[in-house]
Amino acid sequence: MLGRKSRQIITASTLKNSFDRRSFVLGAFGAGIGTLLAVRMGYIAIAENEKYETESESNRVNLTLIPPRRGWILDRNGAPLAANRADFRVDLIPERLTDPEKQVEVLGELLDLDETRKIDLLDEIAKGTSYQPIEVASGLEFDQFAAVSLRLPELPGVIPQRGFSRYYPTGPSVGHLIGYVGIANAEEYELERNPLLVTPGYKIGKDGLEKQFEQVIRGEPGARRVEVTASGRIVRDLETRPDVQGQPLRTTIDGPLQDYAARRIGLESGSVVVMDCDTGDLLCMSSMPSFDPNSFSAGIGSLEYAMLRENDRVPLRNKVLKGLYPPGSTVKPTHSLAFLKAGVDPKETIACAGGRRIGSRFFNCWSNHGTVDMAKSIYQSCDSYYYHFAQQIGFDKVAEMARDFGLGEEYDLPVASQFYGTVPDPAWKLKKYERPWEPFDTVNASIGQGYYLSSPLQLAVMSARLATGNIVMPRMLLSDKKPTFKSEGFSKEDMDYVRQAMSDVVNGPGTAGRARLPIDGVKMAGKTGTAQVVSLSVSDGRSGPWKYRDHGLFVFFAPLDKPKYAGAVVIEHGGGSGAAYPIARDVMTFLFDPAKGMDALRRYEQQWGGTAQQRLERRYAAYAEAAGESVQPIPERNEDITARVDAEARAAAAQQEAIASESRASRPARETQSTELPSAGQGGGQ
Amino acid sequence: MSSIIPAPIARQPWGMLIPLILLTSFGGFVLFSAAGGSLQPYALSHWIRFAVFLVMASILALFPRELARFAAYPVYVLILILLLAVEVMGTLGGGSQRWLELGFMRLQPSEVMKPAIVLVLAHFYASLPTGMIDGWRALLPAAGLVAVPMALVLMQPDLGTSLAIAFGAGTVMFLAGLPMKWFIGGGIAAAAAVPLAYFFALQPYQQKRVNTFLDPESDPLGTGYHITQSKIAIGSGGLTGKGFNEGSQSHLNYLPEPQTDFVFATMAEEWGLMGGIFVLGAFGMILGWGLKVARNAEDRFDQLLAAGMTATIFFYVAINLLMVMGLAPVVGIPLPFMSHGGSSMMTNMICIGSLLMVHRWSRQKRRSGLSG
Repeated sequence: MLGRKSRQIITASTLKNSFDRRSFVLGAFGAGIGTLLAVRMGYIAIAENEKYETESESNRVNLTLIPPRRGWILDRNGAPLAANRADFRVDLIPERLTDPEKQVEVLGELLDLDETRKIDLLDEIAKGTSYQPIEVASGLEFDQFAAVSLRLPELPGVIPQRGFSRYYPTGPSVGHLIGYVGIANAEEYELERNPLLVTPGYKIGKDGLEKQFEQVIRGEPGARRVEVTASGRIVRDLETRPDVQGQPLRTTIDGPLQDYAARRIGLESGSVVVMDCDTGDLLCMSSMPSFDPNSFSAGIGSLEYAMLRENDRVPLRNKVLKGLYPPGSTVKPTHSLAFLKAGVDPKETIACAGGRRIGSRFFNCWSNHGTVDMAKSIYQSCDSYYYHFAQQIGFDKVAEMARDFGLGEEYDLPVASQFYGTVPDPAWKLKKYERPWEPFDTVNASIGQGYYLSSPLQLAVMSARLATGNIVMPRMLLSDKKPTFKSEGFSKEDMDYVRQAMSDVVNGPGTAGRARLPIDGVKMAGKTGTAQVVSLSVSDGRSGPWKYRDHGLFVFFAPLDKPKYAGAVVIEHGGGSGAAYPIARDVMTFLFDPAKGMDALRRYEQQWGGTAQQRLERRYAAYAEAAGESVQPIPERNEDITARVDAEARAAAAQQEAIASESRASRPARETQSTELPSAGQGGGQ
Repeated sequence: MSSIIPAPIARQPWGMLIPLILLTSFGGFVLFSAAGGSLQPYALSHWIRFAVFLVMASILALFPRELARFAAYPVYVLILILLLAVEVMGTLGGGSQRWLELGFMRLQPSEVMKPAIVLVLAHFYASLPTGMIDGWRALLPAAGLVAVPMALVLMQPDLGTSLAIAFGAGTVMFLAGLPMKWFIGGGIAAAAAVPLAYFFALQPYQQKRVNTFLDPESDPLGTGYHITQSKIAIGSGGLTGKGFNEGSQSHLNYLPEPQTDFVFATMAEEWGLMGGIFVLGAFGMILGWGLKVARNAEDRFDQLLAAGMTATIFFYVAINLLMVMGLAPVVGIPLPFMSHGGSSMMTNMICIGSLLMVHRWSRQKRRSGLSG
């Protein structure tokens, strides 16, 4: 419209006209831009005001979560199995590091980190998600903490903090039971989407009770609102809300007993379970060898983890719940009850001729027992008797009884997983292997071999049910309510008959004479078991390579006349039940007389070279040395907390009590229980 | 005309001067806040510079037309030599440099080239015989006059300033009456050249800025950060702002360059939409006055000079405000009369001075016309 025909004659006045038109267009263009700017600004400042105000606030205000203190995990007497201790800590955020190698070097110098740790750190920085803080060191001295704080300007991304760290006074003894805590990983964060999980220094339960009861013991995080500059410098504090500590978790575990049992397992690989027969309270669930949850919670080094993983005794597996073993002869009292229920007269005898012919084949017994009745079959553990009567009543009925007594059962317990094993029967075999049940299956299963598999926890529950004749259910959380259990439906005579036979295993002419309790007036009843791992053609089960040796098992309860405690000991590849019942004896001794139990343990530990924790530390040092690296000293023990929960604490307390009241060797930490056990206290021989 | 006010004062163009003085004073307050609530280092020097340059502009306004036209080529050539000197020194010094150290101030020749190109082109077209305006002789010399300084400034590299030079020159050429089809053709050619320029002429950091402009959310913590923070500052100001010296975006360093390129965001956070309307209104009055001076001028040189100077100021304002509101890519162009910085203040005051000069010529002519 402003163009002109090229042949038009151009004069000063046409140029003037053109200027007027074009300058008007430019003016309109300018006014248009001005209007656009005004509208745009109005839109940003009014229509989108709320959004940008929020963004401005989130720029200005930095909300720092204060990790809540975790609730303590307590044993049945209120002593801490897991506690917190105040510490100084240094974290770093990989994303914010400017020169990781140099900064780690500086930190190493300030915090006395060794080469292994520095390599671990650089590894973690390289492969970790960048937003996730990494713990450099915790449990620091104030001087070290102050040194890092001073040099912060040259260490961007490094965060020195005051906080609390988890502390497990008895270390490896509670490793499997309690679990440990650690920094939440990406999946855990995705699951919960809780900003607390990525707060530096915050750790969540990773295993065991710490994991199961995470939400209970977590607590409420506190918050600190601060005004910050773009570079993150804090200008001023706006508001601080303190954290609320998590609820304590009261377990049924008896801390000192747990510690004692774990240590008593010694160099073996195995587990000890002890239950309260009246309530089903699990007093002890020790599984060894174990790991030190303190190292895990502090952020375990790759070297230490490698050591644990390479160990053929699987210190990372909780054998109480996830160890499955053929129960062997420990099922014989239960099977006997199946025979009684099927109408077998306990006085009926069979002839054991070092074995017995079942159908067309002859099956060996482990010894030649001659004439065998039901009682003798239990205390002498005669296999022939069980071959015979299991075949006679049919294995279906036997398996049903085994299940009634807790084998093959999954209990309602707050644990991440428990293996429930197998009680084989014809229907099961057909379904699993699509093959019919054969007489030799009955023979194998009748003595707890073959397809039979059970966990130490199940064996302990079985012995509690044998001890009481009731369907005792195990529990892990302490409650004032005393549960009532239904009866198994056996007469007192029948139960007494079997219990007497189990007493004779220990106190009579049985297979575990050495298991007799060294305490006057307290008799322990039990049943030995030996579970073959490989066929006799490979190994005799007692000697040779460790992994071919038989498992040693022992189920027990005490006192005989009024059963209070029941339990099971399983020693992997112990070479037979002889590895198991001395441990049961000492554990029960400790329950009734801590000082006497402790004496026995001290003698053993002298031979073994220290407590489980000391051996673990030494083992790690040796392992690290072999790998050509040195290890940091373990953080010192916190005596105040430890002094209430380890096995020595109870022994010492018992001794003081003994001196004070001379005639009584009672168990001070559990007054109520010792009054229920007159025979325990009245011995007073020492 | 009221007789109470003395004639020398009454004849000043207060319709422009009052908004200008208010705007620059307001700019000083914003800079006071941008310095964290302190006159130093920005606000005080801003006011002092304005006072000095206002005196300079008043002196410039007294120059006769003949002198202005006589000086057009010498001034242009001198600044071209200075631009070359900067380029040579930059090469010798081993780094890019945009200014010359004169002792008392740092002179950025590319800045002064903006009014200079307007002056030289206004002179060129005013001298060009009327009938030749649609021939090649109207285009090629002018194109050469523009291309040489643009190329030198692009080599610095300074895209913003070279575009400002092109815009001032283009406005003069457009108003001089060059055939419309050349502008349409040129527009199409420029549109075709944009992708080529993007890939071959722009530095990587400039390409990134363009990318960020096209998709600001693509890199909110990198190059998009500036725009995002600027919008947060403006948006959080609301209608009336957070209050003087209360802006968190600027005070806590979230806003980049709160005293230069993003001074408008600093202002908007504390004064809100009201402050923004005031600033836009003040610029509207100043630029409107400039355009009026151009349209009222009788002489062709006067018209082109005034319009070109107005366009130069307009280009600064428009690009800067479009940028801080997220409507244009980040180019380092300050906001006239508000941003801290001597060179841009000087350029803009030269433009104001030139406009005052043209205003005076026109008034004298009318007066002599009336009396004669």
